[in-house]
Amino acid sequence: MGLAKRIIPCLDVDNGRVVKGVKFVDIRDAGDPVEIAKRYDEQGADEITFLDITASSDERETMVHVVEEVAGQVFIPLTVGGGIRQSADIRRMLNAGADKVAINTAAVNNPEFVQEAAQRFGSQCIVVAIDAKQVSGEGEPLRWEIFTHGGRKPTGIDAVQWAQRMVDYGAGEILLTSMDRDGTKQGFDLTLTRAISEAVSVPVIASGGVGTLQHLVEGIKQGLADAVLAASIFHFGEFTVEQAKRAMAAQGIEVRL
Amino acid sequence: MKSVAVIDYGMGNLHSVSKALEHVADDTRVIVSSKAEEILACDRVVLPGVGAIRDCIAEIQRLGLDEVIQQVARQKPLLGVCVGLQALMDSSEENDGTQCLGIIPGKVLAFDKNLHDPVTNERLKVPHMGWNQVNQVIKHPMWRNIPQDARFYFVHSYYVQPKTPEPVAASTSYGFAFACALTQGNVFAVQFHPEKSQHVGLTLYQNFLNWDGAD
Repeated sequence: MGLAKRIIPCLDVDNGRVVKGVKFVDIRDAGDPVEIAKRYDEQGADEITFLDITASSDERETMVHVVEEVAGQVFIPLTVGGGIRQSADIRRMLNAGADKVAINTAAVNNPEFVQEAAQRFGSQCIVVAIDAKQVSGEGEPLRWEIFTHGGRKPTGIDAVQWAQRMVDYGAGEILLTSMDRDGTKQGFDLTLTRAISEAVSVPVIASGGVGTLQHLVEGIKQGLADAVLAASIFHFGEFTVEQAKRAMAAQGIEVRL
Repeated sequence: MKSVAVIDYGMGNLHSVSKALEHVADDTRVIVSSKAEEILACDRVVLPGVGAIRDCIAEIQRLGLDEVIQQVARQKPLLGVCVGLQALMDSSEENDGTQCLGIIPGKVLAFDKNLHDPVTNERLKVPHMGWNQVNQVIKHPMWRNIPQDARFYFVHSYYVQPKTPEPVAASTSYGFAFACALTQGNVFAVQFHPEKSQHVGLTLYQNFLNWDGAD
């Protein structure tokens, strides 16, 4: 017995409201991030990640209030991603009660930002989010590149090398999303996940593509992920976090039940 | 009314700690402070901490809080959390060697980056991050209503190694067994984060608010 593999539900929040509908039977307001976070906490979520997809920075303040309210009621680790561009953004989220922030585009634009943030706030709260897409053609050795802008903009940066560089710069964890799989419900890109997990010393969270509970199991067993993140399978009430954990436990994965 | 001070030295998970204490403190006032007189006026004190230990110790000293913590450690219930535990030791390997407060004899060591599970040979990532089991090795009022081997949330790359086994209150296994909770008189300190450990964590804070500092 030892460290449990983690299940992390992810909420996409737009101007203070959870997008992608939620169908919890006894929640009146299906878009309220606080209510949904509380529900996941009760189901046994190991952490909760909020992804702020608010377009305008004026409205980002809303996210701060969401985090404040959740942190006063839910006593598990909270991560906030989206719009983290400078130290002041990190400070604001940590003060609101977030435990970690996920840095994505800002890391690509200015890698030293990760270094500075890790030195200032500690590696334990700096997650680097990586959106990767396979760029190798058939018959070529597998290769993935970093994409920004929701997978639209290629950067030419090799994903495995990038992950290693971010860890050297002080990232305490890697949140890895396969842009090829995101939203497809076909399961994680296991080869990508494994390549990154084997290349870095810090924990890796697999994301993108979960459609079944078996996909979560595969992410841990074949992808060698330390944690699995999923959104829609939990949002739409297909499965509870507890069901997911029981499925993992049944296949010999250590979880917190 | 009873009171608990959360020492504010600019490093940390203060908000999480004070929110969790407020959640369980029915008849206790929770204050967050860096002022010696305010801290010393409280019935009990929490020393939180995250980040690099050199910065933590430097801030504690800059604010003149080292003497305050020493005094609290002699007089009233003191709870150290995460780097707040590590700060109580003699010294840490972190940041090329850092002198700590020397309240509990022992040192702080880094996890090997090449850590493996001795049974499965699975590679173990550093930081040790997530929910791991806390094996209580002594009976103690702080463990009241907390099941043996309950899972608490950890996130750390360094662990404490007390000079003697006497202070060890619990251990956790991550490639090997390390001390995750120490106690010495009216001092209790944990490596994990009770404020992020859901029900069992809140129970531990509840126990702290009820603890008179005796074994």
